Amino acid sequence: MFGYVIRRLIAAIPIALGVSMICYLLVYLAPGDPVQTLLPPDADAETVDRLKRLYGLDRPLPVQYIEWLGRVVSGDFGRSIANGRPVIEEIQRSLGNTVLLATLSVLVAFSIAFVLGTIAGRKAGTWLDRVVTGVAVLGVSVPNYWLAIVLIIIFSVELMILPSSGTAGERFDPTSWEHIQYLILPVITLSMIPVGIIARTTRSAISEVMNQDFVVTLRANGLPEWRVLKHAIKNALPPVLAVMGLQFGTLMGGSILVETVFAWPGSGYLLSKAILTRDVPVLQGTILVLAMIFVVTNLAVDLIQSTLDPRIRRG
Amino acid sequence: MTTRRLSLLGAGFALLAALAAPPARAQETVLRVGMTAGDIPLTAGIPDQGFEGWRFVGYNLYDALVLWDLSRGDVAADIKPGLATSWAIDPNNNRRWIFQLRRDVRFHDGSPMTAADIVWNFERFTREGAPQFNPRQFAFARAYLGNYEGIEAVDELTVAITTKQPDSLLPYNMSFLMMVSPRRSAEVNNDADAFARNPSGTGPYRFARMVPGERLELVRNPDYWDRDRVPKHDRLVLLPMPEASTRTAALLSGQVDWIEAPAPDAIPRLRSARMQIVSNSYPHNWAYQLNFVDGPFADLRVRRAANHALNRADFVEMLGGMALPGFANLTPSTPYYGNPRRYEYDPARARALLQEAGCLPCRVTFAISTSGSGQMQPLPMNELVKAQLEAAGFQVTLQTMDWNALLQVGREGRGRHPTVNGINISRSLQDPFNGMFRFVWSAQAAPAGSNWGHYRNPEMDALVNQALATFDPAERLRILTQIHEKMSEDAVMLWVVHDLNPRAMSPRLRGFTQAQSWFQDLTPITIAPR
Repeated sequence: MFGYVIRRLIAAIPIALGVSMICYLLVYLAPGDPVQTLLPPDADAETVDRLKRLYGLDRPLPVQYIEWLGRVVSGDFGRSIANGRPVIEEIQRSLGNTVLLATLSVLVAFSIAFVLGTIAGRKAGTWLDRVVTGVAVLGVSVPNYWLAIVLIIIFSVELMILPSSGTAGERFDPTSWEHIQYLILPVITLSMIPVGIIARTTRSAISEVMNQDFVVTLRANGLPEWRVLKHAIKNALPPVLAVMGLQFGTLMGGSILVETVFAWPGSGYLLSKAILTRDVPVLQGTILVLAMIFVVTNLAVDLIQSTLDPRIRRG
Repeated sequence: MTTRRLSLLGAGFALLAALAAPPARAQETVLRVGMTAGDIPLTAGIPDQGFEGWRFVGYNLYDALVLWDLSRGDVAADIKPGLATSWAIDPNNNRRWIFQLRRDVRFHDGSPMTAADIVWNFERFTREGAPQFNPRQFAFARAYLGNYEGIEAVDELTVAITTKQPDSLLPYNMSFLMMVSPRRSAEVNNDADAFARNPSGTGPYRFARMVPGERLELVRNPDYWDRDRVPKHDRLVLLPMPEASTRTAALLSGQVDWIEAPAPDAIPRLRSARMQIVSNSYPHNWAYQLNFVDGPFADLRVRRAANHALNRADFVEMLGGMALPGFANLTPSTPYYGNPRRYEYDPARARALLQEAGCLPCRVTFAISTSGSGQMQPLPMNELVKAQLEAAGFQVTLQTMDWNALLQVGREGRGRHPTVNGINISRSLQDPFNGMFRFVWSAQAAPAGSNWGHYRNPEMDALVNQALATFDPAERLRILTQIHEKMSEDAVMLWVVHDLNPRAMSPRLRGFTQAQSWFQDLTPITIAPR
């Protein structure tokens, strides 16, 4: 088991290298460069060149990349070109906000979706199943930034009971309503993304398990239906958890639009700003950290799966 | 009595005491602003985030030698004394400007402002190798110091600035250079990032607190040297909100009191919630700079045809009235607007001009952006331009790119982009150089400057040189007016609209006058209690 974890972590190294290299290349393939955002639109070419030299952006791309890599290995992510702040501080702050949002959203999504999926799976083929499946399809299809705006209109603008954007302050205080209220709309919006997928996975897993022989045996042994369901759920859980883990990874990096609409200072928002300003150090650092989170989340899901279901052997 | 009861009783008394006690002090008045910027503008001197950075951070934390008079809404804003009380050209040397500094000005850290501090600041902008030299400040300052040669302290309260060529407009450029405290900079070993976290200037607000990326809080500077501009509220909170719908919702839900640039289609909704909508003309230009070397716009008739092909009233209507029709380069309230040729909507005439020029259908390509500072609503507006030009005989290809990429095309000039016939970058026009010279002076041909399409005209160059060497304001005004009229005569751009810069604010705010400027004075604003 231990050896397996180590091997998986070592396998993450080429992933990290690949991700960072592709990201570096993409940024430089796109027209425009980081120095532009530092300068007024009317700055002349001489100033641009001088500033590029001052920031070391005039050297060949491979040299810049290797140098960046060297510093990252020693834990130094550099400074943002756009605002001069250390990248690691930027990532820490925004990642904390996004982890909070993503964790709560996945938990909310899982709670809703698992109940819906189980009901649909148990009643496969009935009208109840069709309703739940319909809700799931809706959840997947509704553009979340649209949902965000609709929720803001209802709860912030019309009812005026929840704030429309931002956070209450630097440190999240889970005991303070002042802080919690800022989370509600973004969490609801974000949780709608995985609800559909998790519900559908749960439904198919449950309905598959319910048709297996051991369920018939359990029933034949006279077990009450709720205990049969308990066994079924335990068997259906591994694939659902796998999907949930993947969704967590997606939410970590994929909430750019929702974070922008709610002006939520998370990693998606940071990423979108970094893309618009071609802020390479921030972009590289954030993507690298997100990629690693994805790798670690997948690993964690695998480990949990094999704990729940010993048939899935690891190692 | 049990402990539980005792504690309940105690709590009851505490509650009573709290209810009976008078309020500790009058409620702090706070003005909260939703900015369009994606991040908090830099607080270490000259800000980033474009003119919004100057508007909310630059001119609030700091002063420049020269400031803008933002107290009136009925005339185009002009410069006024700032840290310098007066300035004049050296009678013996028309390349040497002398600035008299204001007495008794103190930085927020208490140190007095003297000529040595101004020289120190200029070295921070320009002298690579000086301990306080800062590449970012260099980059921002550079646009305003193109003609700068050197500075010297003449005495304790006088500095002299030398230019490479005679430059009658130098005082305008001085208004963009924010002066920071050398003492505070020394305290943080000239580390600009550390300085940004605890800045010290001379402005009407002092720094209070910053959450990077989220909020900047400034407080009233009760000792501000301009007694009339000591803020009439206690605290100013600046929040970056790049999404227009986010800003609108934040204002409607009472999270902020003031938002920049609400989307035009949100204005009726804001009005119905009793929000104040203010707007005013300001030196902004939504136009296309044209390619004078390659392609059809080299021909004056084609340029005039394009200008006659647009029905500018349609654009104003599309923008919900939040724009002025752009018939010429400057807004009509500019003192040197003059009497430019007026390009009325006349598609038949446009077609006839194209026929005459032998370009029918006339194929042109414009580089445009999807968004960007001052670009208003670039996609629908460009589509409308395309439709109207095509109705008059053009055939338009829009090359859409992101803002950063368009700026690059703009900076590189037509030389690297011969297939592009025009670029749609909104420009600010706050002074004669930025409003006119840089687009038509051959010395500014890109990539050296903003003359993107390489307009070259010896007469125009002569007028520009003459204006720069004329230090008598009345005489200079005459030349400037001539330049503007000549720009219209030559149809040096395809003009569309000037933005009216709408902003929306809570009905509780009073005392704000929207100046005809990119900058605004927030200090007179009072906030009524809820």
